[in-house]
Amino acid sequence: MIRLEKRPTPSRFWVAATPLIAVVLTMIAGGIMFAILGKNPFDAIRIIFWDPLFDPNMSAYSRPQLLVKAAPLILIAIGLSLGFRAGIWNIGAEGQYIIGAICGAAVGLAFYPAAGWYIFPLMVIAGALGGFLWAMIPAMLRTFFNTSEILVSLLLVYVAQALLAAMALGRLRNPEGGGFPGSRNLAQYPAASNPELFAGTGIHWGVVAAFIAVIAAYVMLQRHILGFNIKLTGQAPRAARFSGVSPVALVLICMGTSGALAGLAGMFEVAGPSGKISIDFASGYGFTAIIVAFLGRLNPIGILLAGLLMALTYIGGELAQFMLGLPKASIQAFQGMLLFFLLALDLLSNYRPRLVKREGA
Amino acid sequence: MDLSAINPAVLFASLIVAATPILLAGLGELVVEKAGVLNLGVEGMMIVGAICGFAVAVGTGSPALGFIGGAVGGAALSLIFGLLTQYLLANQVATGLALTLFGLGFSALIGQGYVGIKPPMTERLSFGPLSDIPGLGTILLRHDLMVYVALIAVVAIWYVLNRTRLGLILRAVGENHDAAHALGYKVVRIRLLAILFGGAMAGLGGAYLSLIRVPMWTVGMTSGAGWIALALVVFAAWRPGRLLLGAWLFGGITALQLNLQVAGARVPVEYLQMSPYVITILVLVIMSAKGGRALGAPAALGRSFHATH
Repeated sequence: MIRLEKRPTPSRFWVAATPLIAVVLTMIAGGIMFAILGKNPFDAIRIIFWDPLFDPNMSAYSRPQLLVKAAPLILIAIGLSLGFRAGIWNIGAEGQYIIGAICGAAVGLAFYPAAGWYIFPLMVIAGALGGFLWAMIPAMLRTFFNTSEILVSLLLVYVAQALLAAMALGRLRNPEGGGFPGSRNLAQYPAASNPELFAGTGIHWGVVAAFIAVIAAYVMLQRHILGFNIKLTGQAPRAARFSGVSPVALVLICMGTSGALAGLAGMFEVAGPSGKISIDFASGYGFTAIIVAFLGRLNPIGILLAGLLMALTYIGGELAQFMLGLPKASIQAFQGMLLFFLLALDLLSNYRPRLVKREGA
Repeated sequence: MDLSAINPAVLFASLIVAATPILLAGLGELVVEKAGVLNLGVEGMMIVGAICGFAVAVGTGSPALGFIGGAVGGAALSLIFGLLTQYLLANQVATGLALTLFGLGFSALIGQGYVGIKPPMTERLSFGPLSDIPGLGTILLRHDLMVYVALIAVVAIWYVLNRTRLGLILRAVGENHDAAHALGYKVVRIRLLAILFGGAMAGLGGAYLSLIRVPMWTVGMTSGAGWIALALVVFAAWRPGRLLLGAWLFGGITALQLNLQVAGARVPVEYLQMSPYVITILVLVIMSAKGGRALGAPAALGRSFHATH
């Protein structure tokens, strides 16, 4: 019989090893899933994980895409990880991402067709502010009325999606678009666009912001009292309160930061890779970022790596869609599976399995 | 806008139909939470139930088998949650989210071949001349069987929770798992059964969406119904009777906004579509302002149980 003994502190080895094991197990389980769907599992896994980076025909296109897709995931996941550490569950990053994009695009479009260096920075501020304010709704409701931030932030995603559709069809619709839904293309409006900074790398301002966020979060968690307070609240909420950490302030800071970062991600996306506000602008980055945050062990460096891996599955998924006719959703199922394995293996970080002889009862 | 086009009796009837999926899923989650488990995967279980029910109904031509298929699908997904949270002691919030993310992807995967197909029609029951009573007949007595199943489930769950030994044990596990364990109850096993029940109910709710309410399969068709069901449990203060009221309230808003769209309201459709979510949030705020514990939230809600001896 196996008994579980609680470890006094999580095992450092298992904390680092579980994401890797989880990825391998997901590949195996995913391979079985693809085999059931009637595809060659080895081909599918190779196309998803290997070809985007190393296939001579594909890598020219897909290598830059890696950073383009990873940047929003990392930006959002860094913000989420702060709250998750402190037991504050902002799961509506998708909504904050959409609102950031709408606000950023609206500011840019308001200036159209003026040229000016100040337009793009203003859009950045508007995007961050939009995401911040959208996240403040669940944060305020949690602090003043004790309403579950989980449910409110999630329900607001659906509100944001409806708002996105309303904007694409209404106020932000391209007046010269012949009545089609969708805004003007910001990528073709130089003062408001977020272009590729170095040709062929995929690096745009969002990628730069993501790297800054990783470094800032790392420094804050390691060296700043705020980072210490966040970690303390997650591990020992009572101790944190006795040492003078204000739970209210922490909710506002964590939710606000994650909202602002998600808003930024949305703004960089709408001004760059996506180019315009359209009904199908939202692509689920806000939800995948939750997986990224967990896979990266809520650690900034881990999130950086996890974001790159998740971006790889996105690109590989598109490739598999195109080469094997795998449905788009299979990648989502794949990502969900990864989170299952990760959560299951976490047992080993927190508990020590011991073989014991069954006692006489 | 032509408000006279809205017939109150028909509106009430469509309110009851609109309320049924969230009522079924909400009842399941209520039992799960009463056992002290917070399963945030309702949305995922609902959508898997929706596609499983749809696939079985199309395959066999029988809506009744379809509903059973939906319940089995939802329960199977909830089993993953149960194993992870009860035996592997995973965080319930994170596992529930994973369940929703996985369910949304997995259902789209199964549902590939089912887009654009019509499911077999579910018969509406007829109570003979009673169904022809003006008003009342239209509102209450011309529905499909599942509407009545859901209503009976409200009473049955209330009865079991409050008037039987089984309900007492379930609540004990949800209020204080250590005490329940000390009394010799199998906390983990009871919780696992509650989770399976919740999964089956969510699956039924999902199947109701794809077989009767819509009736069609589309990717992501639950569009937040699972989350509304979760909010409903808080609104209901963990009481089945109030859950019914809440479900009717939300059903009413959904039905009304659809009717307003048809009647040609001056408000853009997108703003009407937002209304159920916004109102859910408002109701949540009003309820939680009174304080969760005072409302009757189970004391051990969301906490893992690990027997040390």
